[in-house]
Amino acid sequence: MLRFIFGRLAVLIPTFIGVSLIAFSFIRLLPGDPVMLMSGERVMSPERHTELMHQLGLDRPMYVQYFDYLGGLVTGDFGSSIVTKRPVLDDFLQLFPATLELALCAIIVAVLLGIPAGVLAAVKRGTWLDQSIMGVALIGYSMPIFWWGLLLIIFFSGYLGWTPVSGRISLMYFFPQVTGFMLIDSLISGQAGAFKSAVTYLILPTIVLATIPLAVIARQTRSAMLEVLGEDYVRTARAKGLSPFRVIGVHALRNAMIPVITTIGLQVGVLLAGAILTETIFSWPGIGKWMVDSVFKRDYAVVQGGLMLIAAVIMIVNLVVDLLYGWINPRIRH
Amino acid sequence: MSLLEIKNLTVEFQTASGPFRAVDGVSLKVDEGEVLAIVGESGSGKSVSMLAAMGLLPWTAKVTADVLTFNGRDMQAMSDSDRRKIIGKDIAMIFQEPIASLNPCFTVGFQIEEVLRIHTDLGRKARRDRAIELFQSVGIPNPEERLGHFPHQMSGGQCQRVMIATALACNPKLLIADEPTTALDVTIQKQILDLLMKLQDEHGMGLIIITHDMGVVAETADRVIVQYKGRQIEQADVLSLFSEPKSVYTKALLAALPENATGGRLPTITEKLTDAEIFAGAVR
Repeated sequence: MLRFIFGRLAVLIPTFIGVSLIAFSFIRLLPGDPVMLMSGERVMSPERHTELMHQLGLDRPMYVQYFDYLGGLVTGDFGSSIVTKRPVLDDFLQLFPATLELALCAIIVAVLLGIPAGVLAAVKRGTWLDQSIMGVALIGYSMPIFWWGLLLIIFFSGYLGWTPVSGRISLMYFFPQVTGFMLIDSLISGQAGAFKSAVTYLILPTIVLATIPLAVIARQTRSAMLEVLGEDYVRTARAKGLSPFRVIGVHALRNAMIPVITTIGLQVGVLLAGAILTETIFSWPGIGKWMVDSVFKRDYAVVQGGLMLIAAVIMIVNLVVDLLYGWINPRIRH
Repeated sequence: MSLLEIKNLTVEFQTASGPFRAVDGVSLKVDEGEVLAIVGESGSGKSVSMLAAMGLLPWTAKVTADVLTFNGRDMQAMSDSDRRKIIGKDIAMIFQEPIASLNPCFTVGFQIEEVLRIHTDLGRKARRDRAIELFQSVGIPNPEERLGHFPHQMSGGQCQRVMIATALACNPKLLIADEPTTALDVTIQKQILDLLMKLQDEHGMGLIIITHDMGVVAETADRVIVQYKGRQIEQADVLSLFSEPKSVYTKALLAALPENATGGRLPTITEKLTDAEIFAGAVR
């Protein structure tokens, strides 16, 4: 098992170098530079521009800048924002819990609803129930996220007034950030109503972010389940006199989970990196919004560092998925 | 009273091109301690009729029978949960592909102990002891260690032994073996058949062997049923079936055996007989 983990970790190193190269070069392909964008509408003399570029070290040859950056990465230095001068890692660590909280809630909802829905559709294959579940899943999968988010806001926040429109918690509550997870922090604070407020702020973004993964997981579970239900060992399980619940829930589902786990892992990556739209719609102070703002400002250090850190998170998630995969599928382990 | 009695069993599947009758009017009886072989080509409805009797067909199958009793109890009138108390315990079944028939995600120990957990009151320790005992009785070496293995870590023959041990876990009165040796090497085939016959003899259980191998029939069966395209063609004791087959189909089947070949190409059945001739010559 340790060998398996070390093998996987070894693969991470070249992947990481690849990501750093892409992150470093792609942001520089965009026209404009940070100094120009910082100056805004004001006119800047070419001399001043050159001077500022020199100060920021951006006039050095590309490869020197890259190796300098890489050297920093090795020591855990992700650089500082050109605009705010704050270290990228600090900003990331401060904003990431918000994204992680939202992504975790979304994936939990997607898994808890998607797997049973997929199993039900497979077991009741060809019935109206199957067709309804798959129909809804297709709609969910095809729906543009921003539009779906706006519809929910109009209906639940605007028309019914049940949920707030944006933010993470009501302005009435204030408490120090301990874990960065609003649900946990609000509980720790002990302020009456704070937790409930945090939940109401989380509901709509969670639904919006969970919609696509939910649809994907439901569809994947259904197809995996359909394949497994035709297997000989499912017939054996039934021939043992096991209840349908045990045949499906234990014998079939365990096998069907193998491809589904992969899908869930990929979706977690998508959620962490791709919550940008949802965060923007609900003004959720996470890393998605932070990254988009930095791209507009050509804040090279933030874009590079942010991409590297997101890539690191996705790689860790993939590693966990690989380990889970080995645990659930003994043919890989042995 | 027979252990298993079936009269006029019919199984129909709904297909895109209308209903398809996979089993048509099959009747049989098996007594305790008796070995019945059901022979026929692929698609003759051998397996389907037995799966129907156990209630293991998918819901798309329409099963009807005038009589379908096990140990005097009407299997058709029974609720699903009552039937599940019988299958796996009093009627057990083993299948053609032993490796595919075991769940790849669970150890063989889990899979054999599961039957004991469902059908007996044995505690954890007693279940494990019983599993070890069963593995020993089917000739699996190092049973304690083997219980922790997964199916893919075992050979096909070993997996079939596990299947047999699982089937025998609750001392069934009837064992249905659906082509138990087809997927195995010839040498292993012999071992598995010998094992089945030995265990059948020791336990005194009824045994139904579904096969298309006349050699298996000759070696094991007391009585034989020949099926073709879902219909019963002939039913006889094993000696008279081989010495004086009555139906034209059985005669043609025996003539097609390689050991009866007189040289040149083996005769095939369909180039000599039409379906109408086969059904007309049926001796029930």
